[in-house]
Amino acid sequence: MSRLNAANLDLAQEIIGRYPVARSATIPLLHLSQEQNGYVTRDAMQQIAELVDCTAAEVYGTASFYEMFKFEPIGKFCVNICRSISCHLVGGDELVEHAEHVLGIKPGGTTADGLFTLEAVECMAACTEAPTLQVNYRHRFRVTHEDFDRLIDDLRAGRLDGEIPPHGTLARERQHIPADRAAGNVSPDTPITPAWMEAAQ
Amino acid sequence: MTTYPWAAGYVAGDRPQIVTARFQYEDSHTLERYLATGGYQGLRAALAKPAASVHDDVKGATVLGRGGAGFPAGTKWGLTPAGKFPRYLVVNGDESEPGTYKDRLLMECDPHQLIEGCLIACYAAGLSQCFLYIRGEMAVAHERVGRALNEAYAAGYVGKNILGTKFSVDIALHWGAGAYVVGEETALIESLEGKRGEPRLKPPYFPAAIGLYGQPTIVNNVETLANLPWLLRNGVEAYTAIGTQTSPGTRMVAVSGHVKRPGVFEIINGTTTFRDLLYGEEFCGGIRNGNDLKAFVPGGGSAPWFTPEQLDLPFEGRLVGAAGSMLGSGAIMVMDSTTDIPKAALSLTRFYAHESCGQCTPCREGGTWLERILSRICDGHGTTSDLDLLIEVGTSICPGDFPHASSTKLGLEATPFPYKMTTICFVGPSAYAPVHSALTLFREEFEAKIVKRTSIPVTVGH
Ligand SMILES: Cc1cc2nc3c(=O)[nH]c(=O)nc-3n(C[C@H](O)[C@H](O)[C@H](O)COP(=O)(O)O)c2cc1C
Ligand code: SF4
Repeated sequence: MSRLNAANLDLAQEIIGRYPVARSATIPLLHLSQEQNGYVTRDAMQQIAELVDCTAAEVYGTASFYEMFKFEPIGKFCVNICRSISCHLVGGDELVEHAEHVLGIKPGGTTADGLFTLEAVECMAACTEAPTLQVNYRHRFRVTHEDFDRLIDDLRAGRLDGEIPPHGTLARERQHIPADRAAGNVSPDTPITPAWMEAAQ
Repeated sequence: MTTYPWAAGYVAGDRPQIVTARFQYEDSHTLERYLATGGYQGLRAALAKPAASVHDDVKGATVLGRGGAGFPAGTKWGLTPAGKFPRYLVVNGDESEPGTYKDRLLMECDPHQLIEGCLIACYAAGLSQCFLYIRGEMAVAHERVGRALNEAYAAGYVGKNILGTKFSVDIALHWGAGAYVVGEETALIESLEGKRGEPRLKPPYFPAAIGLYGQPTIVNNVETLANLPWLLRNGVEAYTAIGTQTSPGTRMVAVSGHVKRPGVFEIINGTTTFRDLLYGEEFCGGIRNGNDLKAFVPGGGSAPWFTPEQLDLPFEGRLVGAAGSMLGSGAIMVMDSTTDIPKAALSLTRFYAHESCGQCTPCREGGTWLERILSRICDGHGTTSDLDLLIEVGTSICPGDFPHASSTKLGLEATPFPYKMTTICFVGPSAYAPVHSALTLFREEFEAKIVKRTSIPVTVGH
């Protein structure tokens, strides 16, 4: 089950088709397999290696560099609280402590019911709206402790399922290049002057 | 002063708007709204001229890079080796420098403006394919840009024979996956090649000469490219009429921390001062609770700090550099009189230590040591020799004098930017910058923590 299913395999081929060199699709394909399984499995990395024409070790080498990839199951909701300077100055650290208390776990931990994973993370580009957190990479701004409690209640009760997909799903809307509109990949091995530059030469 | 719930943080004012004019509309991200508000007119204007003439416009307008280094985009485009093709465009949407918040807004609220900017750049500089690299943690930006690309392809603005001309280019949306250092342009290229995001050594080869797949590659920031549609629609004169000669146009700036009203502002480049931004009623309205200002970071987490003595400096790269810091990514972080300075420095240093890719020993080891020493000082386990040790470790990353602001109170002259470094990229020096600033300007706060330490230090090595 942890290899890509038929629909995702089609999607994988489409994604690879957007790059002149297949290996560039490594990270998008890792996201795709994380979306399917909630985390990145060994089988998935083996399959991605076959798809992008490199070794499984190379895929793992890449995957392990990036913090968003998980190699074991985590909670349905990944709650990331920012602890960088702008949040630190206005209560980010206290929010992390509050979250530890409410969820009964430390950063890096997952609740026993498998619903929540807590992470203390670095700056997520919302510095004027501090303290900030993300649930499955969707922002919440100027979060008070009461806001946090309500958010956890809402997530538990499934009230935000429409807005926040389960961990692994990043964008619910994907790019698709229609075949009849595509300009096509430009390979590094084809030293062709672009058509619109020719006149100038 | 107006805010919009769909553009959290953005504050509009009675100022010229080059990149944020559409933020007032809730549907600003749709093609329909974009076309109704002058969208793709810049592209049409560009396609009506030879590529070289569009390139001349961008050179003539001195569009400075908004990603951190402030290098003029038109000059950068001219650094590709003549006649060498294909060339690629890589868009840097990795925004993750502490305090920086503008590119995500531009991608979420006006994705078509960015797409149009990419197209103009590709046309002008002869770039055959474009990769739009968006930071992984920005799910909404992925959705908005993805949808906008789908709309733009369907309407004939992107892809084959754009608007019926010979100009053809694909734009592929690419996903990051969480690693600050990937924002560095050569690491971005490595990452886009499917590898670990480790910066390449440069010089000798800058991406414009040898970049993606070994080919000439232009890397530009999201905000830089977002300026181009307006420039092409309104012309060089209109663009340079705003701002100063060395810093024309506008800039997006995020002010966070201890101000009354933190926000993201599009300001006039080169003339707006830090005092305007922190205290002006149309901006942040002063320090929270009427407190005094202690210090501020003027240009992203890696910038040396300023104190109230530098408030009257304008937002201008050369002046700020001469005063001992940098404008970087347009991020100002404000600390009031209640701030625990060593802890604030620790928060920043920990960031860079944590984000080190590990290739260079001074960064990997030095950053970690700086963090450890600072932590033990903050925890009340520090010794006086720790302060010298911080400088010693810092000097192994950046030999020689490190930039800092002047202080009449301390009798200090400014040491101007930049610094020397022993590392491949700026992550190592960035770990030291907050330590150096905090120690230079607020040494007594460190000493106080050491004097009041809560435990007797053990002297058997570390
Ligand atoms: C450690 C590091 C992180 C960086 N992060 C970013 C970033 O997130 N976004 C960005 O546009 N530039 C970032 N830069 C600057 C880029 O290397 C590059 O200069 C910039 O993208 C060029 O675009 P511009 O000329 O349009 O500013 C970073 C640089 C360094 C050294
Ligand atoms: S300075 Fe640090 S982050 Fe940059 S290349 Fe060296 S080890 Fe990596």
